[in-house]
Amino acid sequence: MRVKNNTVSLDATDMEILLALQKDCRETYAAVGKRLGIAHSTVRDRIRKMEQQGVIRNYTATVDAEKIGLRNITAMMTVYTDPKEAERVAEKLAALPEVLEAYTSLSEELLIIAKVSAASQEKLHEFIANSVAPLPGVSRIRTSIITKKFKETQFSIPDTSEKVHL
Amino acid sequence: MTLDADSKVLKTVPREKAFYFFTSIGNYTGSSASSLKEFMGRINEVNVKSLEFHLGRGDFEKWVAEVLQDQELTGEIKRLQKLNLTGNGLRDQLSFVVSRRVKRLTNQPTPSRY
Repeated sequence: MRVKNNTVSLDATDMEILLALQKDCRETYAAVGKRLGIAHSTVRDRIRKMEQQGVIRNYTATVDAEKIGLRNITAMMTVYTDPKEAERVAEKLAALPEVLEAYTSLSEELLIIAKVSAASQEKLHEFIANSVAPLPGVSRIRTSIITKKFKETQFSIPDTSEKVHL
Repeated sequence: MTLDADSKVLKTVPREKAFYFFTSIGNYTGSSASSLKEFMGRINEVNVKSLEFHLGRGDFEKWVAEVLQDQELTGEIKRLQKLNLTGNGLRDQLSFVVSRRVKRLTNQPTPSRY
């Protein structure tokens, strides 16, 4: 593993370890090592290095909130702002627990796209009216409530060893 | 209502207590009002859908009662809500009751109804 210009370059073994962790991050060093034909200590050392370099950011459990009856409204919110205030508005949004993801985007005008979650439509509206609309620089807001989820995933490095069969 | 109470109704409130006009859940028009006088002006400018949305939900009476603390105007808006008005009829009536209240509070002559 080498670091150049703040970018970490990984060798084939590092990539194989990452692929294994992406599939199941609870797999033991020994099990990963056995599958890759390397010692468990090598797996452990390489994982530690990747953690230290920030390549591996965290290990999390993905919870289906709807299954446990929490936060059953999810919406995509587009916030139009004064261009000078966009970064500040995005940072303030990012600090709010109702905001799951927040991005700035340049289309015809600078805007912020955020995924938000609330217990009900009324709570969603209260949140937007009381916590988002009053932020300095917000000029208008468009919100679309998500009715059905077809896919939700995190970025994953491509597994080139897998063949695609059509 | 005392003069002191009247001046409280006409005060400018901080932005977190302002009224923000939406057309539906989560869709903010970009118009807001920080005082009763500003609210009066916005009624004539915003999309009428916004007026229908907020009147139907009771948002206007809630803001007037809780933030401006004007019980008289709260009662007038409540009465308006019961009439199930829509479109420009709603805009005209709401504008009338709010501007009449502003004029009373500022001791100006009451406007005649059309």
